[in-house]
Amino acid sequence: MENSVIVIGGGISGMTAAGMLALQGLSVTLLEKEKETGGHLARWDRLFPDRRKASEVLDFAREGMKRVNLVTGVTVTDISRQGREFTVVINSPIPNPQSPTPDHETVLKARALLLATGFDLFEARKKEEYGYGIYNNVITSADLEDRFKLKKGILTSEGKIPARIGIVHCVGSRDEKVGNLYCSKVCCVTGVKQAIELKEMLPAAEVFNFYMDLRMFDRHFEELYYEAQQKWNVNFIRGRLSECAENPDGSIIVKTEDTLTGKPFKITVDLLVLLTGFVPAGSTGDIAGMLGLVTGTDGFINSADSHIMNNSTDIPGVFVAGAVKGPISIGEAIADARAAAIQLAIYLNSPTPADD
Amino acid sequence: MIKFNLFVLPFSLGLIYVVYSIVIHYYRWIKSLPAVDKVKLANGLRTPSKVLASLKEIFLEGLIHRKLWKRNPLLGYMHMSFALGWFLLIVMGNLESRIYHGAYINAPYYPIFLKFFIHDRLVLFFEIFTVPAFFRFIMDFLLLFVLSGLGLALIKRKQSQWFGLKRTTNHSFFDRVALSCLWMIFPLRLLAESYTAGYFGGGGGFLTQNLGNLLIKISPGPAESIAYIFWWSYSLALGLFFIMMPYSRYMHIPSELLLIIFRHCGIQPKKWGSSFSDLELHSCSRCGVCIDACQLNFAAGISDIQAIYLIRGQRDQYVPENIAMTCMLCGRCQEACPVGIKVDLLRLIKRREIGSGQVSDFSYLTQSYPGFAEVVYFAGCMSHLTPSIHIAMEGIFREAGVDYLFVDRGGSTCCGRPLMLAGKDKQSNELIEFNKTLIRQTRARLLVTSCPICYKVFREEYNLPIRIQHHSQYILELVREGKIALQSQHRKVVYHDPCDLGRGGNVYDAPRELLRKISDLMPVEKECADALCCGGSLGLMNTTLQKKDEVTRNALQFLLAGNPDILVTACPLCKKTFVKHSKTEVRDIAELVHDAIPGRQIRKIMDPQKAEAAIP
Repeated sequence: MENSVIVIGGGISGMTAAGMLALQGLSVTLLEKEKETGGHLARWDRLFPDRRKASEVLDFAREGMKRVNLVTGVTVTDISRQGREFTVVINSPIPNPQSPTPDHETVLKARALLLATGFDLFEARKKEEYGYGIYNNVITSADLEDRFKLKKGILTSEGKIPARIGIVHCVGSRDEKVGNLYCSKVCCVTGVKQAIELKEMLPAAEVFNFYMDLRMFDRHFEELYYEAQQKWNVNFIRGRLSECAENPDGSIIVKTEDTLTGKPFKITVDLLVLLTGFVPAGSTGDIAGMLGLVTGTDGFINSADSHIMNNSTDIPGVFVAGAVKGPISIGEAIADARAAAIQLAIYLNSPTPADD
Repeated sequence: MIKFNLFVLPFSLGLIYVVYSIVIHYYRWIKSLPAVDKVKLANGLRTPSKVLASLKEIFLEGLIHRKLWKRNPLLGYMHMSFALGWFLLIVMGNLESRIYHGAYINAPYYPIFLKFFIHDRLVLFFEIFTVPAFFRFIMDFLLLFVLSGLGLALIKRKQSQWFGLKRTTNHSFFDRVALSCLWMIFPLRLLAESYTAGYFGGGGGFLTQNLGNLLIKISPGPAESIAYIFWWSYSLALGLFFIMMPYSRYMHIPSELLLIIFRHCGIQPKKWGSSFSDLELHSCSRCGVCIDACQLNFAAGISDIQAIYLIRGQRDQYVPENIAMTCMLCGRCQEACPVGIKVDLLRLIKRREIGSGQVSDFSYLTQSYPGFAEVVYFAGCMSHLTPSIHIAMEGIFREAGVDYLFVDRGGSTCCGRPLMLAGKDKQSNELIEFNKTLIRQTRARLLVTSCPICYKVFREEYNLPIRIQHHSQYILELVREGKIALQSQHRKVVYHDPCDLGRGGNVYDAPRELLRKISDLMPVEKECADALCCGGSLGLMNTTLQKKDEVTRNALQFLLAGNPDILVTACPLCKKTFVKHSKTEVRDIAELVHDAIPGRQIRKIMDPQKAEAAIP
């Protein structure tokens, strides 16, 4: 295929970039390991800071992908490069009725690759002291979004309306003890957004956010934080959780410290939400290994230059977009994917690449 | 018969100096022993069985070097050739000198330089079986024996891995001087004796005579003067070696003899140090076995803080804080030490000197009345960070119908060991007293803990009048008594020995016996006394988390080499440490046992991801 591109990863970055590349007349194939595209965005109900529906953003991205050749439910098993051409072997776990073997292998060729394998959510069970997977009323922020989407109300595992809800920031982020020193960037504002949404649904409930710092880095974020305090009466306690325990009635005892008063702080909540951070997707490491790409000590892909070449890699023809390079918000991911698409198109149109 | 020459002076002066120095050291070590230890020593020396046992150990460890043989035959042979060879040279040399000298008391230099004073004519063939000829043969043989060890020592400089040593010691100046003298002594003796034998045409054995004849032939010259120079050099090397001995690692030779006797008399090292510990410092031969045993060395590339450097610093009365504080206190080097020095204790003594000054205020701790029970369960603060462990333990207690009390359910007061590892014993004693009161109030007959760190300190420091068990021992007892029935899940598991439970508590078999009942236990490369530390040690006060991570990842490589389904440990801290890096499931033995109880009361655990299904 002339001028063909393979995009690996069908989250918002991969979808946006694939759409942009197809718009420029390139032949684009998007590979996604799940059955559906959309990635983490598909699981989310509403987005910060304006709480627009996540599905609207996803629909927009899907609309742009009409000319993209979409292959879902596949994993990449091998990648090799011969000059300016890449060979990508994909393995479909879904049995192919035409193929006698259940694992059907297909070989694809491309002149450029775009990696958009994104991130996984931190496995909250690793922070065993918070009791996720042990205590029924400890859930993650993603679990909470599932409940928002279901629109059946928020109840404890005992079927009661929670009177007090805790939201824990930095679970698996900025935490050397689990090996993640970096900030996941979007959890702070997500915690504020979810606190407001909980107060909207349960005006009688008390909501406590337990945080180290609140990093309201982008436009309208700080306003949202003010709104949470002034309009919705959300409590913010500066202190990192040490451990949780469970009462016989299923409520959760939270042990922390209020570092502003310098005192240990113990509180019982009916529901505890853990704001789990970003970790590199499992497939990122695999694909980086096949290509010989450099990852940072945090496991995210290092681009060729963090300022002026941040969609290129050290391998000519291999480009990166979105959370594969580290924590990023939806808006930033879309902008980054568009930039990557342009960089990639320029590379394909250049007759003699300097470093090839 | 001439019995004196000026060249014997360096040797004689060196000998006088070293004997004087050793006597002074012995006198100080014995004099400054606590009174109770002095009584032990006096009684021990009057007990023939203890004296015999000491002599046996001195022979096996001081001359044969049995432990080094077990470690590596080349290393064992090298040390044996030096120690046993030299010892026999002295003994046989003394006997040999009796032939030529009837007196009971000899000048000490006389047997050493015998061949300078005595040079028999060539023996005739039929005289080979005479007494002098026998001695000539045996003395040459012993010299060759020592020289073979010297050859190996030279090879070891370049190829230490052949001797089972990956990394050798970085020696101090005095050690280098003493080592050079030691290495010169025997080749110089060989040359001196050979030249003399060659010049006189007799008096040498199979080695020195033949070599002497050859030397005379190939380098004609004033043989007598050349021989005389070598006799001087030989004496100088010996004298200098003796003078350097008290300042170098070779002081370990006389020190270890006394240490062995002390130990057989039942003298123990003291928590705050005593002359026993000082004797231990001097007994270190700086062999470097501890460097290879240390995970900080082979997994994290830290190679300047090992026991040998701590001990050398303590002998020189200068230990940088970094050396005292950078150590996991896992006990691996102590286990490997051929001299059996209690290295971890020596390091703690140093930490106590550094850390005892600070004060802490525990006035906020208030006693509550816990209630009574048969068995008191102390999960420990680490188990509160891994709640699956104490939840499993409570399940087991209930299944077994035990009258138990979860005494730290609302949160633990620290057992005191972490502060103790930091050298803050006074503060730690406050916590110990607090917990002792709490535990005593329960009037329990048995204390069970889920944490090996607590287990060690409960046993060693609490002086509680009740039995103390780690949960692996306790559960095994419940199984043996038929209080809980188990059904094997047949999953492939490996077991990781926690440092404080294994080397620290000598509990190796109970967890393994339990695991064999409920799973398919696989062996791992380093286990039991040789087990690796998980890297999460509370003893490591002075290093980056990245270095700890390197230790953890390295340990996981060994543990997970056989691709087990589950990595099982018996310590909440090990579990938390491994979870960070392990792709394989990590669980505590109590969790596994709880899962293996058929028909157990299953705690309703709802997958939070599916929780919405339950919402009406």
